[in-house]
This record gives sequence, C-alpha cells and structure tokens, in this order.
Amino acid sequence: MKGLLVNRWGLFAAAVLLLAGVLKEDYYFSLLNFIGIHTLLVVGLNLLMGYGGQISLGHAAFFGLGAYTSGVLTAAYGVNPWLALVAGLIIAGATAFLLGVPALKLRGYYLAMATLGFGIIVFIVLNEAQPLTGGPSGLAGIPSLSLGPLALNTPRRLYFLIWATVGLVMALSANLVDSRLGRALRALHDSEPAAQSLAVDTFALKLKVFIWSALYASLAGSLYAHTLNFIAPSSFTFMFSIKLVTMVVLGGMASIWGSLLGAAVLTVLPELLTAFHDYEVVIFGAILMAVMIFLPRGLVRGLLDLWEFRNYKRQGGRIPV
Amino acid sequence: MLELQNVSLAFGGLQAVEDVSLSVRPGAIQAIIGPNGAGKTTLFHLATGFLAPQAGRIVFDGQEIQGRPPHAIAALGIARTFQLVQLFDHMTVLENAMVGRHRLSRAGLLSGALRLPRTRTEEKLIREEALAALEFVGLADRARQSAAVLPLGLKRLLEIARAYASRPTLLLLDEPASGLDAAETDRLGEMILALREQGITVLLVEHDMALTMEVAEEIAVLNYGRLIAQGPPRAIQKHPEVIAAYLGTDWQA
Repeated sequence: MKGLLVNRWGLFAAAVLLLAGVLKEDYYFSLLNFIGIHTLLVVGLNLLMGYGGQISLGHAAFFGLGAYTSGVLTAAYGVNPWLALVAGLIIAGATAFLLGVPALKLRGYYLAMATLGFGIIVFIVLNEAQPLTGGPSGLAGIPSLSLGPLALNTPRRLYFLIWATVGLVMALSANLVDSRLGRALRALHDSEPAAQSLAVDTFALKLKVFIWSALYASLAGSLYAHTLNFIAPSSFTFMFSIKLVTMVVLGGMASIWGSLLGAAVLTVLPELLTAFHDYEVVIFGAILMAVMIFLPRGLVRGLLDLWEFRNYKRQGGRIPV
Repeated sequence: MLELQNVSLAFGGLQAVEDVSLSVRPGAIQAIIGPNGAGKTTLFHLATGFLAPQAGRIVFDGQEIQGRPPHAIAALGIARTFQLVQLFDHMTVLENAMVGRHRLSRAGLLSGALRLPRTRTEEKLIREEALAALEFVGLADRARQSAAVLPLGLKRLLEIARAYASRPTLLLLDEPASGLDAAETDRLGEMILALREQGITVLLVEHDMALTMEVAEEIAVLNYGRLIAQGPPRAIQKHPEVIAAYLGTDWQA
C-alpha cells in the first residue's frame, strides 16, 4: 500500500517533468496550467462534496474572491503578489466561515442553496463595484508572480509552480481523507447520527472542511489571476460552479485522482470541440449523459469496475470482494 | 451512573415518554422492554442527546446532560447502537471501528493533512485499538472488507465493535438481536456478558425475551410512554401489568 502510494506520487512527478520536456508550444503549457488550476478547485470541492456529502454551488465565488483579492491588491495597490495571495486565503476563509455557520447548522440542502445565492451575489458585486474591480470589462495589469529574481511570466515557467502546487495539494488531501477527521468526514456522509454518536462534532467538521475547500479555491483563484494577468467577472459565474460540480462527478466522487481526471477532461474537451462550435454544448451534454448513465461512479472508479468485471468473467464468475 | 428523573417528552398530542424515572447502576446489564411504540427508542434518543426532554433531568456521572448535542454526550463516554443499523457503508470494516476511536484521539485537519510524527503515532494506536475491537466481536478477519457487504448479523456486531472501540463507560444497545438467527443471538448474548466483564455498563432495548431474561439483571417495562414495572427478570415475568401490556398481547398478536 505504502509502496503503491510512493509510486503514484513518483509517477505524478515523472509525468509532470516528462510533459515539460516533451511539449514545445506555449499553448499546451497554458492548457496544462488551466487543468492544474481547475484540479485545485475540484480537489477542494471533492473533499466537501464527494467525501463529506455537502454540496457547494458557489465555488466559483471563492475562486473569484481569491482572483480578485490578488488582482486588485497587486494591480491597484502594488502589494507583493505572495502577500496578496495570503490575503485572498484569509478573505475566502473568513467568508466561508460566515456563510457556513448559518448554512451548515441546518440539515439537507441548505448549503447548496446558500452557496448558490452567495455565488450570484459575488458575481453581481464583481460587476457593480466598478471602481475597485473594473466591472464587467475586467481588471487588467495584474503582474506575474516571481520566485526571487525569476519572473514566472511564461506559461512554461508557471507550469512548474502550478503543478508543484497541484501535487502538494493532492498529497495533503489524500493524507487528509485517510486521517482521523477524514474518516469522520466520510462517516458523517454515510450516517450523520452514527458519527455524532461516536463524538464527532459534525457541524464543526463540515464547517472546517467547507473553509478548507474555500482555501483551495482561493489559492486557485490567485494563481489564475497571475497566470492570465487579466480577470473578468465572466470567469466566476454560476455556470462555472456547475462545471466544477460536473468535474467532481465525472472524475469520481470521493476520489482525489479522479478530481485530476475530471478537471483534465472537462478542460480539454471544450478545446477539442471548438471545431464543432455550433454543436459544442450538445456534444458536451451527450458525453456527460453517457458517463453519468454508464459510469455513475465517475471515470476512475467506473473504468476500474469495468476492469474488475472483465477479470470476474474470466475467472469463471467468482465475485471479487 | 445514568439517571433519568421525571423525564417527559410529547410529540404534538402524543405523549411519547411520560414522567419516567430510571436509574442505571454502574456495572449492570439493564434492559428496557415494552410493546412497539412504548417509548423505548425515544428514551434512548433522550439519553444520547438526539432528543431533548420537555421536562425532567438526565444525569450522567453527576452531570446534567439533557439538551446537550449528541456528540457532546458521546464525548462523556456514552456509546450507542441503532435499531436500524447505521454503519458507514462506504468505508471498510476496520475504518468503521477506527471512527469509534474518534473520541479518544486528537488530530485536527492540518495535522491530518501534514501527517506529522505525532499524528502517525496516534494513527497507529487508532488502528491497533480498532483491530482489537474487531477481534473482540470476531470480525478481525474481515477488516479490509467493505462494511456494506457484511450480512446483517455481522453488521450488528460491527456496530457494537465500533461503539466498543470508543471505550464507553455506558453502552446503549437498541434491539441488537432483531434480524438475527438463533445462533447469532446466542453469540450476541455472550458478547453482552463479555462487555460487562470489561466493566462496561449496558442498557439494552430488546424484544427477544429469551435473550433479555438471560442477560439482564434488571428490567424496566414501558407502556404508552410510562414506566409500569421495574425489577429483576423473575419478578417482571410474573408482574400482572406486564403480562397484560406486553408479554400477553405480544403472543396474541
């Protein structure tokens, strides 16, 4: 088990380095950078939704809070980008706390409702607070990140930062779900009363994980702002929140590696479908429906299931347990 | 150790529990019996914080606990099982038991994510203690299986192991024998006696009279939310009101 994990992270690092060596065009690095940023968002949402069973329909807003905190502080006030990133984390975390306290006290889908409303409010504020955010036309002139003397101003340079961050976040998250509170989180998803009867403070835990996932989203937002050097409210819509939820479901609920796959597929797919651009939405929808119907547990688990089923038939029908 | 003093709870017009006073002695195996709808499970929910009484006091180890949330009461050392088995179906048998150790471990989100040396040590202990709990109920060989695939009898045992892993001083078992066959029920009876051997006080709600009479030292009888009799099994079996309310009607039905 442990060897397997070491191999997984080793493979991950090897793949990241290999791609860096093989790929030539900036376009591919840009695309990979967006996959990485989406992965951060999806891993966080998966902790909350896949593992904890708490649906957030407003994750684009936390992404936007991170992006705009970084963007405004660096572009308008000349704050150090790394400090701005930390400020984004604080703002997103505090917002998640204030939103989570009332929403998570109630059972059922109140978090989904509250975050949905919150997402729409943030979108409106980003549009209307023109003096601060630049309004619908966006905020330009966001500087690039730099590590000491090295300016991370090309997709290729950013690629290493973003994917090191993705690796770190995925490793932390994999540890987390296999820890005391990770188990408690999965437990409350299956049976909240049983978790409570074992001294799990389910409200406090949901709140912590909600904040934790908002921090990932804010981190992704800050990286996004410094990657594009320009942000506009249209990147932080309700539809984007839905797309994140779709990435979680497609990759697989309660799967860290599935999050990477879900983010990758749904980031690359629209790029491939631009050739059919009139039918993009239709094709996109059809692929989604097919996956939902035939691989309801997501791509990773679904393909594993198919593999096991094949072995099962080969071995003459012995049920794999 | 657990004392209910004049506890009452009504759901709208239905008086689920009415002026019930009951005291559980440390180290005892005590049972609550009564017809369906008599308020037995409601009493469990009151004692574990899933419901709050409208009147009366519930005292555990000298502290008033009525109205406290379930996790806070569990933290004091009261564990329970559920009438409809509530396992964590997407987790393994071992992980289920490991959640039982939640009460006695400390790691937070950050230390869990960073896997600090202290956290690793704690994890190791959690794993060992959870395995010991599985061994106690005889499920250690199924540790890696998914909890969802266990047959019902073993699910009930796992629920007990999970509660046992939290090292409770008081364990509440809500109809642990329902759905079990005769052999499984026998095994359960031995388990309950073994729990007491370990110094755990057991409060049991059960319809299986043979099991109840065999293991319980003291039986309380509820009917329509009221306590109608209390005493050792022999006395309860002969109690006219109990026969009329429960033992009799149950056979006729």
